[in-house]
Amino acid sequence: MRSFFTHAPFRLYLGLLLLAVCVVLGGILPWLAPGDPLVWYSAPRNQNPSAAHWLGTTSLGQDVFWLLAYALRNSIILGLIVAGLSTIIGVFLGLAAGYAGGWLDRVLSFFMDALLCIPTLPILILMAALFGGQLALPIVGLLLVVFNWPYPARQVRAVALTMREREFINVAWFSGESSTRILVRHIFPYIAGWSAANFINTVLVGISTESALAVIGLSSAQQATLGTMIYWAINYQALLGGKYVWIGSPVIAIVVLFIGLFLVSSGLSMKSAARRMSV
Amino acid sequence: MPLLRYIAGRLVVYGLVIIFALTVLFFVPRLGPTDPVEAMLAKVASQGAYMDPAQVDTLRQSLIDTFGLGGSLWEQYGAFVNRIIFSADFGPSLSMYPTPVMELIWNALPWTFGLLLSSTLIAWVLGNFVGLLSGWRPNANSSRVMEGIAICLYPIPYYILALVLSILFSYVWKIFPLTTTIRGAPWSWELVTSIVWNSFLPAMSIVIVVFGWWVISVKAQTTALKEEEFSRYARLKGLSDGRILTRYILPNAILPQITFLALQIGLMFNGSLITEILFDYPGLGLLIYTAVLQGDFNLLMGTISLSVIAVATATMIIDLIYPLLDPRIRHR
Repeated sequence: MRSFFTHAPFRLYLGLLLLAVCVVLGGILPWLAPGDPLVWYSAPRNQNPSAAHWLGTTSLGQDVFWLLAYALRNSIILGLIVAGLSTIIGVFLGLAAGYAGGWLDRVLSFFMDALLCIPTLPILILMAALFGGQLALPIVGLLLVVFNWPYPARQVRAVALTMREREFINVAWFSGESSTRILVRHIFPYIAGWSAANFINTVLVGISTESALAVIGLSSAQQATLGTMIYWAINYQALLGGKYVWIGSPVIAIVVLFIGLFLVSSGLSMKSAARRMSV
Repeated sequence: MPLLRYIAGRLVVYGLVIIFALTVLFFVPRLGPTDPVEAMLAKVASQGAYMDPAQVDTLRQSLIDTFGLGGSLWEQYGAFVNRIIFSADFGPSLSMYPTPVMELIWNALPWTFGLLLSSTLIAWVLGNFVGLLSGWRPNANSSRVMEGIAICLYPIPYYILALVLSILFSYVWKIFPLTTTIRGAPWSWELVTSIVWNSFLPAMSIVIVVFGWWVISVKAQTTALKEEEFSRYARLKGLSDGRILTRYILPNAILPQITFLALQIGLMFNGSLITEILFDYPGLGLLIYTAVLQGDFNLLMGTISLSVIAVATATMIIDLIYPLLDPRIRHR
């Protein structure tokens, strides 16, 4: 078991390193961009990678490097917002269900189970097709929150259920601490580690689902995301023209970003599991 | 009869989930700012087909039927549920008029199910095998390498992998076909090879990802189970490694995978939709995409409702299988 634990930090550090690359590319570089890379013919068309255009240009005259930076930024922001809201809502409702019990628990548990059974993408496709062929990013984000809060909620509920029976909760209760204080001071530390891992995982799911929608051309065309970049590249025949850099750069960005996210998420859950065991 | 009670409980939840899902589908077309019927008519008109006003009215009426937009909200809801559950009728396809939507769906379903089932099965066998072996010796170099590969494969979404595979093996090295074309007479050998050949890349995109996950989870399971008392007992009894792995560790390692499968089936379904679209594979995903591109709303509503019901049903079936495989629940 020891190698397991000594392994966890390495995995975490490698993941953080990969994420740092993505965050620098997507979080800082867009500020330095020479102009809006979405604008057509802002650069010469169909250029191969060169000193002026690091990753070449598209057949619409967009600089692939700056386009990628913008796409990364938008995808990461979407993922963070979706994961943030889902985690907050999920932890809150999970605690409420597990701690309160009774009919509230039953109703909430039903919604968690039901939402987990419904595949997200078909619903998103239906909405996009019904409302003009494209969904704006905020709406995609909102729908993703609706479908992703049950994951943390279910886990948190399970933890809260076992917590209710623990001695130290009873002690806190009888020594006159308020419910809010018990939740924040005594129960929350138990779910914090797992929630952090789940948060990262939800970032991944959010970005992934939006990109899936975008790859088939149903997400927003006003903003570049990693998925829309792939869609444009496929749609303007980047492959037949042999422009592998154009289509390859968003693909590689997604792979690096997702491996980074997964390493951080599994590293975090290993770490919290190790801490639980050592207590 | 705890088992019967468990099954009855699951069935009640399943019924409620289906009703919930249908309610969601019912309200989706009513949520947006635009009227889907008028949007659809505008789309048909913009595609250049000339229609006289009488035809437009017939089409409008048919669309109103599809979405169940006639009458009061309660009547609409009743008609909608009745249409989907009891008559399973989604009307004629508008883009492939007058083929009924259900016929198109029945033709597409075997492809999607075949693709998902065969790739899950292949990934499951391979993943268990590699996971068990590398979990047995977690510190061997080969185990570490396998886990590293699995960790790099698992987080990649199916459609990205599908894209990479098609770029590598259809564009750069022209080994596999770019789009799916099935040839051969029914029940001939040529047909079988054609199906396998054309399904190879789409299936691989799912196999690789699921394989990655199974290696990761089975390895962790095996490493933990190896330290359990019963494994030590088996070892002291002088059983061979192979026997301990297959008879003592594998059955225990399989159980958590079933729960995982129940949670993942929706994500896998999402993935297969996009994979089918990218490879022109004639399953449900391609049908949904055709419906979106052609503005065929009868087909769209039919395919989407069916996918939602199919995923909910699959999740429930897996949930029901669980106690059959776990004697501790069965015999309680």
